[in-house]
Amino acid sequence: MLPKATDPGLRAAAALLAAVVSTAAVAADKGYAELPGGSFRSTLAYEDISADLRVRPFAMMKRPVTNGEFLAFVQANPQWRRDRVPTVMAEPRYLSHWDGPTELGEASAGQPVVQVSWFAASAYCEAQGARLPTWTEWEYAAAADETRRDARKDPVWRERILAWYSRPSNAALPRAGLQTPNVYGVQDLHGLVWEWTDDFSSLLVDADNRNQGDPDNARFCGAGALSMDDRDNYAVLMRVAMLSSLGAEDTTGNLGFRCVKDLP
Amino acid sequence: MKRMLPSLLAAFVFLAGIAAPAVAAQSPAVQSPLPRDSIYQLPVQLTDQDGRTQPWSALRGKPRLMAMFYTSCQYICPLIVDSGKAIEKQLDERERGRIGIVLISMDPERDDPAALKKVVEQRKLDTSRWTLASPPTGEVRAVAGVLDTRYRALADGEFNHTSSLVLVDADGRILARTDQMGSKPDPEFVAKVKQALRQPL
Repeated sequence: MLPKATDPGLRAAAALLAAVVSTAAVAADKGYAELPGGSFRSTLAYEDISADLRVRPFAMMKRPVTNGEFLAFVQANPQWRRDRVPTVMAEPRYLSHWDGPTELGEASAGQPVVQVSWFAASAYCEAQGARLPTWTEWEYAAAADETRRDARKDPVWRERILAWYSRPSNAALPRAGLQTPNVYGVQDLHGLVWEWTDDFSSLLVDADNRNQGDPDNARFCGAGALSMDDRDNYAVLMRVAMLSSLGAEDTTGNLGFRCVKDLP
Repeated sequence: MKRMLPSLLAAFVFLAGIAAPAVAAQSPAVQSPLPRDSIYQLPVQLTDQDGRTQPWSALRGKPRLMAMFYTSCQYICPLIVDSGKAIEKQLDERERGRIGIVLISMDPERDDPAALKKVVEQRKLDTSRWTLASPPTGEVRAVAGVLDTRYRALADGEFNHTSSLVLVDADGRILARTDQMGSKPDPEFVAKVKQALRQPL
């Protein structure tokens, strides 16, 4: 007869095994995927740019940074503990889903880290000799599906992405790295967490679209406010709306990040 | 977003209490630990119009108005200088002697000390009060993050950006902000500036 997983000793052993396995997986999966550069048509319309954007080759983390990885960073850089971090760089909810400043508790090591501010995410990437992706790099990587570098015109693919946004956000986050990699080898760009970009605060979207192009609107100096070139791409629209509403010290329960590196 | 937890506040009071005797003999403005909600917690170096490079936290010691700008800006940035001047005008001599006004460039590649100095001269800014400074290029977005300024470099070298004046106390804690630019300052904001200048340093 097979032992039942309800046995407390066995459950503890299984949890330990799972922890060891996920630690091993984290250690083996430090990997970045390499993305070739190219010409890219953003879903965003910039008033000052009419041509396609040029994207330089870069390497991107295959999956978002996990609780386990972020804990190691906090242990090595105690100024980023939630009880020591300057509050101008991380609001009170920073890492509030952990049991203690250096204890994950219920948060599992393999889940993507959330409740991290832009400052903390930037510092993490800097410590790896990396940086946060630009919005364009993120959008470029996220335009791909399993077989195509640009799947954005495919209504089936769009529906698949949108289905995630309709799921309740209070359910526990799945582990990072479970999704099938896209054509570049990058996972979890859709359907797991929102992600910081380095230039999130350059996404100047007016709260009211009707104000766009109104020279009397003084919120933004000069031209160059954003509009959406492709109004059917709701997934991108929602990302931009979310990022443009955040301050650099803000954290949320479904906002994480991943890092990138320049390639020669 | 910057809500203060009562426990954190208690921790500050406690820390301030144990730190004070140790630094009493030295200049407290320089030596006492920065509060956790101070903008000067951001470790960034600024280079001013005279070519002096020092940590942002060297600005600690008196209440200041902070804003981001860039010198080649055609539209709002001259208004940012106007806004600072308009607030200066509302202050009496004693108050003017206690405030600092700091404009930080979002365009460090062009805003070297000479470019900053040119604005100081053209706009006749009194450098006993006014500081114009540039952070290193890679640090602009972090400074903007602390001051809650949004910006994007445009293809033609201009910037699209939000504009505000941020009032900080002597330790760099944000007390108030205004988005009202130009020669008619927001009276509520001016009142907060005056109130900050009444506090003992």
